[in-house]
Amino acid sequence: MKWLIKGATFLLIACLILAALGCADEEAKEIRVGVIGPMQFQMGEHHWMGATLAADEINAAGGIKVGDEYYKIKLVQVDSNELVSPADAATAAERAITVDRVDFLMGTIRSEGAMAVQEVAMDHQTIFMVCGSSETKMSDKVAQDYARYKYWFRVTPFNNTYLGMMNFTLVGMVAQQVVAQLHTAPKLAILAEKASWTDAIVAAAQTILPTKGIQVVSEVWRPSGQADDVTAELLAIKDSGANMIMTALSGTVGIAYGRTWGELQIPAASVGINVMAQADDFWENTNEYGNYEMTLNVYARDVELTEKTAAFMDAFIAEKGQTPTYNAGTYDALYILKEAIERADSLDQDNIVAFLEETDYIGTGGRFVFDAKHDVTWGPGYVTGVGVQWQNGELKGVWPPADGSWPTGGPSVTYAGIVAYQMPPWVIDYWT
Amino acid sequence: MAENIIIYGLLSSGVYALLAVGFSLIFGVARIANLSHTAFYMLAAYLIYTFASALGLNLYLSIILAIITVTAVGIISYRLLIARVRQHEATTLIVTIAMAVIIQEAILKAFGGQPRGVPKLLSGSTEILGVSVLNQQLLTLGVVILMLLVTWIFLMKTKTGVAIRSTAQDREVANLMGINVSRMEMLTMAISVGLAAIAGALVAPLFVLTPGMWAHPLVMILAVVVLGGLGSLKGSLIGALVLGFAENLVVFSRPEGAYLKTSVALTVMLIVILIKPEGLFGIVFEEERG
Repeated sequence: MKWLIKGATFLLIACLILAALGCADEEAKEIRVGVIGPMQFQMGEHHWMGATLAADEINAAGGIKVGDEYYKIKLVQVDSNELVSPADAATAAERAITVDRVDFLMGTIRSEGAMAVQEVAMDHQTIFMVCGSSETKMSDKVAQDYARYKYWFRVTPFNNTYLGMMNFTLVGMVAQQVVAQLHTAPKLAILAEKASWTDAIVAAAQTILPTKGIQVVSEVWRPSGQADDVTAELLAIKDSGANMIMTALSGTVGIAYGRTWGELQIPAASVGINVMAQADDFWENTNEYGNYEMTLNVYARDVELTEKTAAFMDAFIAEKGQTPTYNAGTYDALYILKEAIERADSLDQDNIVAFLEETDYIGTGGRFVFDAKHDVTWGPGYVTGVGVQWQNGELKGVWPPADGSWPTGGPSVTYAGIVAYQMPPWVIDYWT
Repeated sequence: MAENIIIYGLLSSGVYALLAVGFSLIFGVARIANLSHTAFYMLAAYLIYTFASALGLNLYLSIILAIITVTAVGIISYRLLIARVRQHEATTLIVTIAMAVIIQEAILKAFGGQPRGVPKLLSGSTEILGVSVLNQQLLTLGVVILMLLVTWIFLMKTKTGVAIRSTAQDREVANLMGINVSRMEMLTMAISVGLAAIAGALVAPLFVLTPGMWAHPLVMILAVVVLGGLGSLKGSLIGALVLGFAENLVVFSRPEGAYLKTSVALTVMLIVILIKPEGLFGIVFEEERG
């Protein structure tokens, strides 16, 4: 009997060792990618959905090839809770790296949360690809302390400087329409939420736009990003005599703005950045008063930025029932990472960084090339973004213009699916 | 600019007043500082969204259903939680703030964090003194004035109202006079939460619904009731007007500091209570209580 018990015990231990070895072997063929974002919010959901689509496609095609082996991508959902408490993002990142043992991180949305995650990821020398924050301070750190911050890259959106340049380009386009349709000189009011990412844009607008023949109202309206009513601000803008409003809004104030602007028929064309207007539910949330609201965006449903855009758009909408926002840039980020790993033929973070820096990848949002500060490059021939406008319930691409002209010269940029910009009829009625 | 400040000051003050009167009422009668007051306001707004937008019910029916449901939730929470700890003021504060956070988390779980919008009862706008005002805002102000009048008449002219005021003035004497004090307190809780629900119903079409929408109005109504004098209904009205006007004065006169409107309003409150620590009508109220 004793020998039977001993034998069974031996067999059991042997099985356990074999099982453990099997698990270890399985884990070794897995690359763990942490997708970090506010998962209770649409931004986080789009982070996750973009990454999930890419991971499913890559895994179905065999995975990521390193040496002679193929590694499957294992996504780990990391809830940063950064919209409620930015400090939580750092804790979530720390846990993802040390407990969930993720090899790479991608995502985040809010500047404060993204910067906190950046520090944690750099502490652990873990590659972190931002797909949601435009904060320039993060890329400045790469220039200031390359050895520490080289593991950081930005995929979407482009940085504040590029955002400002694109914003001014859109403003210039609408200013031309003001002259052509309203027969008056463009006069611009700035409505920017009080946040660090808007400060540079506001300062640049006040300096640059007057040199382009656009009068800028001296007052700047700075509501909170979470303000639920901006009626007073809009009435004051109306009183200022402005015929254009440049927005820089990322919070829910963008909905309050769009709704009140349309319902009060403020006689000023709206253009700029309104992150809430990039989402499909803006139409419903503004009770359809958000018609004619214009914002810059990374994607537009009917605009084919590259040959990969339409397929991605269809797959995302089929899965999620929503048009992807710039947070879904995790899709491109994962492919960029895969290519860099395969070119490096290594899972060593420093090696991968070197190959990420050499990225030249046509993704769903354009051609991705990182600059010296690891920011995605914006401009003709690279990622350009798209100007979108709500037109009767649909978010239409209205920029770059159909003739492909770029304001500062350079190669022409033409995308299929671009339609003409529409001046709000009440603005035309008021000024003509 | 003065017309803008007057009109929008009045509109902002209206909702603060409706919320603050409800908060002050239950504090005056039962000494309950109900920090979940604005969470009930938020719950009403989300229920209207659920009934009207998600389930497709008639908007008026949705509003009535939401107000009834929230009032019922308020009564149940009073019976199950608040009534058991109301003798301990600090515990009551903690219990009610915990209730607010639970409501917030439940809404976050059920609806997610993305903002929601509710259809309006009235669309379009009207010019008053050259100022464009949304018709829904005018409706809101009208209903606020009506509800405040109804509340005042109820408290001053009805037998139950007198009983509630008696309970507020002296609980023990009211009890000795044969007034069912516990019942009066529960009734007051129902009225208080009902007013919060009505406020929620009024602002739901005007504001953006998010799971954090209860926090800012809570800060404001606490400021309003402290400014006006804790428990004083008249003080709550005046306090709401002062802070509503202060906020709009900032937005119209210092546009680059619009995000500071709440801070400035709270500073006004701080200055007043430094000069008059009991609030504008605190002494009158204390004298009324005996």
